[in-house]
Amino acid sequence: MKQLARRRSLAALALCSPLILLIVCLKIYPTFYAVFLSMLDRKMNNFVGFDNFAFMISRPSFQLVIFQSVLFAVTAVILKAFLGFVLAHLMHNIRGRNERVWRGLLLVPWVIPLSLSTLTWWWLFDPSYSAFNWTLNMLGFEDIAFLGTVWNARLSVIAVNVWFGAPFFMIMYLAALKSVPEQLYEAASIDGATAVQRLFFITIPMMRNIILITVLYSLIVTFADFDIVRILTNGGPQDGTHLFATYAFVVGIQSGNIPRGATVSLFMFPILATLAFFVLRDVMKRNKEMA
Amino acid sequence: MSASATAGNLPVPKAKVGSMEKQRRMALWASYIALTFFVIIFLIPPFYMIITSLKTSAEISAQAGNPWIVQNPTFDNYWELMTNAAFQRYFINSVWVTAVTVTLSMTIAILAAFSLSRMGFKGSQVLSTGVFLTYLVPPSLLFIPLFQILGWLGLINSTWALVLLFPTLAVPFCTWIMIGYFSSIPKELDEAALIDGASYPQILIQIFIPVALPGIIAATIFAFTVAWGAFLYPLAYLYSADQATLTVGIVRELIKGDVFAWGMIMAACAMAAAPPIIIYTFLMDYYIAGLTAGATKG
Amino acid sequence: MANVSIRKVVKAYEGDVQAVKGIDLEIIDHEFVVLVGPSGCGKSTTLRMIAGLEEITAGEIWIGGDVVNDVPPRDRDIAMVFQNYALYPHMSVFDNMAFGLKLRKFPKEEIKRRVDEAATMLDIQMLLDRKPKALSGGQRQRVAMGRAVVRNPKVFLFDEPLSNLDAKLRVQMRTEIKKLHQLVPTTTVYVTHDQIEAMTLADRVVVMNHGVIEQVGAPQELYHHPATRFVAGFIGSPAMNFLPCQVIDDGGLKVQLADGTKMAIPAARVDRYGPYKGKKMTLGIRPEHMTETHDSEKPGVQIMNAKVDVVEPMGMETLVHHFVDGVAVCSRIDPNVQTGPGEILPLAIDMNNMHLIEDATNRVV
Repeated sequence: MKQLARRRSLAALALCSPLILLIVCLKIYPTFYAVFLSMLDRKMNNFVGFDNFAFMISRPSFQLVIFQSVLFAVTAVILKAFLGFVLAHLMHNIRGRNERVWRGLLLVPWVIPLSLSTLTWWWLFDPSYSAFNWTLNMLGFEDIAFLGTVWNARLSVIAVNVWFGAPFFMIMYLAALKSVPEQLYEAASIDGATAVQRLFFITIPMMRNIILITVLYSLIVTFADFDIVRILTNGGPQDGTHLFATYAFVVGIQSGNIPRGATVSLFMFPILATLAFFVLRDVMKRNKEMA
Repeated sequence: MSASATAGNLPVPKAKVGSMEKQRRMALWASYIALTFFVIIFLIPPFYMIITSLKTSAEISAQAGNPWIVQNPTFDNYWELMTNAAFQRYFINSVWVTAVTVTLSMTIAILAAFSLSRMGFKGSQVLSTGVFLTYLVPPSLLFIPLFQILGWLGLINSTWALVLLFPTLAVPFCTWIMIGYFSSIPKELDEAALIDGASYPQILIQIFIPVALPGIIAATIFAFTVAWGAFLYPLAYLYSADQATLTVGIVRELIKGDVFAWGMIMAACAMAAAPPIIIYTFLMDYYIAGLTAGATKG
Repeated sequence: MANVSIRKVVKAYEGDVQAVKGIDLEIIDHEFVVLVGPSGCGKSTTLRMIAGLEEITAGEIWIGGDVVNDVPPRDRDIAMVFQNYALYPHMSVFDNMAFGLKLRKFPKEEIKRRVDEAATMLDIQMLLDRKPKALSGGQRQRVAMGRAVVRNPKVFLFDEPLSNLDAKLRVQMRTEIKKLHQLVPTTTVYVTHDQIEAMTLADRVVVMNHGVIEQVGAPQELYHHPATRFVAGFIGSPAMNFLPCQVIDDGGLKVQLADGTKMAIPAARVDRYGPYKGKKMTLGIRPEHMTETHDSEKPGVQIMNAKVDVVEPMGMETLVHHFVDGVAVCSRIDPNVQTGPGEILPLAIDMNNMHLIEDATNRVV
C-alpha cells in the first residue's frame, strides 16, 4: 500500500510535469535571465552591475515613463472600477429581462481583440478624418487634436483602456451582486435602511473582496499594457505617453539595446510583485476559508 | 414600550396602493435609459468599424457628408481581402497557431489540474500557488529575455515561436479554472468509480472531463482569446509579412506609409474580430461562469 | 459471497491520531453487519478500509479468504453505496448502473440483462433513461443501490446511505434495504450513526466508540445485555437513565442512591452483584422500566414518587421528565395516565431489568 501510494504520487508528478516544464523554462528562467541581461553593457560583453538601472532612472525621459505608467494605470483602473460598478447595478436592476442580450452588447468591447479595436479608435481619432471631430463641428465646437498634444493623448489612451476594460469589471461585480442573498436586503429594508444605506452597509461590504481582487488584478494588467499605446500613439507626442512595456519595446527590440530594454521592463517588477503579493494573500485566505 | 402608547404619537403613513410597484418601474426605466446610453457609447468603435469597411476609398477620402453613414455600401473591401494572398496567409497563421495553442494548453492544464486537485504529491500545494503567481507575470515583463532565448532556438520570425510562447499565457489561468471545477466534483464520485473498477485515466476521461465540461469550455475560450488576440509577441518576434498573424498583419502590414486604405483595414478588423464574437455569442455563459466561479465563492 | 475478517486493524493519520485502534471483527457469509457509533468513532474509516479507499496502517483485512491490504478497490470485488449517492451526473440511470460492468468488459446483452433485473427488483425500470438530476432523493438512492446490485459483488458496503433522506423516506428505504438483503443475501457492512437503523437492519450490530469496538451482538442482545456503559447509553431511545449509587447490605442486598433512597436488588441478581458491595456504581434503568404503578404487585418492583418536570405525549406513550436525586431522568408511561408539571407521580421501577455499571471500569456487571 505504501508502494502504491508512492507510485500514485509519482504519477501525479508526471501529470504535472508539462506544466512545471513550461513554467520553469518559459516563465521563471526568463525572469532571472532578464535580471542577468539588465546587468550587461550594450554589446552584452561586460558585466556592469546596476549601472543600467542607475542610468535609466537618471534620465528625464524615463522618469516621464514612470509617471505616465502610474498615471495611466491608476486613473484607468479607478474609472473602470467605477464604471463597472455602475453598469453592474444597472444590469442587476433589469435582472431577468433580456439580461443576456444587454450583457452581450456591453461585452462587445472586451471581446474584440484589443489591437484591432485600438486601430479603430485610432481611425476615429485621425487628425484629418476624425468622425468625432466631424460630430463636434456639427454641434458647433472646434476640432480636438485627440492624439496631438501630450495631455490629450494621455486622456485618449486612458479612455480606450476604460472602454476596453470596464466590461470585465461589470461581469465580476454583477456576479458578486448576484451572490448577495436577497434576504439581507429584505432584512435591511425591514430594519429601515434606505437604498443608499443598503448600498453602503450591505452591498459594498459584501462585495469588498471581489472589488479588491478585481482592482488589484486589473492594476497588474493595466500597468503591463502594451497594445493601446503602441498602436494609438507609439509613445508620442514627445514620448509623453510611453508606458514601461512600449518603452522597453522601443529600446530593447527596435533599437536593439537588449540590456537597457530588459532594465526598463524590470522596473515594473517591484510594482507588480507588491500587487501580486496582495492578490495572493487574498486568494490564500479565501482558499483557507473554503477548506 | 407598549404598542398602544406609541401608536397615537406616530403619524400613520397613508397606504399608497402600488407605490412600491411604481417606484420599481421608475428604477427599471431609468436603468434601461442609462444602459442604452452606455451601450451606444460602447458600440461606437465596432459600429464605425463596420461602417468604414463598407465604404470605398474614394468615399472616405472625399470627406463629403456624414462619416457615420455609408452613401454607397459595398462589399468590395471584403472580397478584395478574401482573395488577397497576404491576408489569407495571416488568417491561416492565426488559425493554426491558435488551434495548436488551445490544444496544447488544454492538455497541459487538464492533466495538471487533475493531478493537483485529486492525486496530490509533496509540494502540490506550492505548485498550485505558483501556477497562480505566474498567471500574474505579464508578457511585457518577459518579452526581451524571451527574444534572446528564441534567438538561440532559431525561432525568431517563425510562427513556431508563438506555438511555444502562447501556452505560457494561457496555461496558468486554464489550470486555475480547471482546478476549481475539478475540486467541486465530490470526492465520492471518484471513489465510486474506483470501486466500479475505473483506473485513474478512465476516471479522468470518463468522469472528470464530461462532468467538468462547462469548465473546459470556459478554459478553452480563454486560451482561444489569448492566442487569437495576442499582439506583443508576434509583433516582437515575427518581422516578415508571411509569418504574421492577423493582429500584426493588419496593424503593421496593411497600413503602408500614408496611403491609408481605411475601408480595407476596417474590413480586415471586422473579419478578424468575427471568430471571437461568434464564439462568445454562443458560449458567453460558460465563459462568464468560469471567470466568476472563483470570485463569488469567497 | 464471502466472509470478511478484520484482524488487529489500525488506522493512524499524520501526527499519530488513531482513528481505529486495532479492531477485530469476523463477518460471516450472508451476514448483515451494522457498524454504529457517534461521529468520529472510526466506523466510516473502517468501512473505507474494507473498500480500499483508505490505507490500512497496521493489521489485516481478509475478504473471502484473501488478504486485501494491497489490493486496489477495483480488484476487491465489492460495491459501495455512498451517503450522497455519488451518481455520475452526466450518465443516464442505465449507464450509471452499467458503468462498472462496462469497465469489466461484460458482453452487452449480459449488461442489459443484469441492469434490467436489478431495475425490476428496485422498481426503477421506468427511470433508466433519466439523468440523476431528474430523480428524487429516494429514486437516486435506489439507483445507487442498483449500481451495487448489478455487479453481484462479494460484499456490499453502505456508508450512511439514508442520512440525506427525509424522515419518512428513510423509514421506507430502510425496509427496502432489508428486503433487498433478504432477496440477495450478499455479505453486507453498513455504517450508520442512527441506532434505530442499526437495530432494525442488522443481524449483528457492532457498536464503536473512540476507535474501538465496544460490543458486538444481535440487536436484542445489545439492548438487553449491554456490555459497557457506552453501549447501554447509546442503544435505546430515549436513552437509559443513569443514577449514581452504592451496593449495600442491610439485611438484604440493596442499591442506595446518593440521597439515601434504598432499592432492593431482586433475589435472582444477589449473587451477581454481591461482590460489588461498597463500590461506587451507577444504576441503569431504561425509561420503559420506570413506569406507572398498575403492575406494582410483581416481585422486584420498587415504588418511587417523582415530581413531574416536563410531560411529552408521543401518542402511543408519554414521556415524563423528572429529577431523581438531582439527575434528570426520563420515564415512559401509559398515555392514559393524567399528570402535569409539578404534580407528584408515583412510578414503579422494575428492578428485574436494572443494570449495574462499575464506575471504575465502565463495564456493565
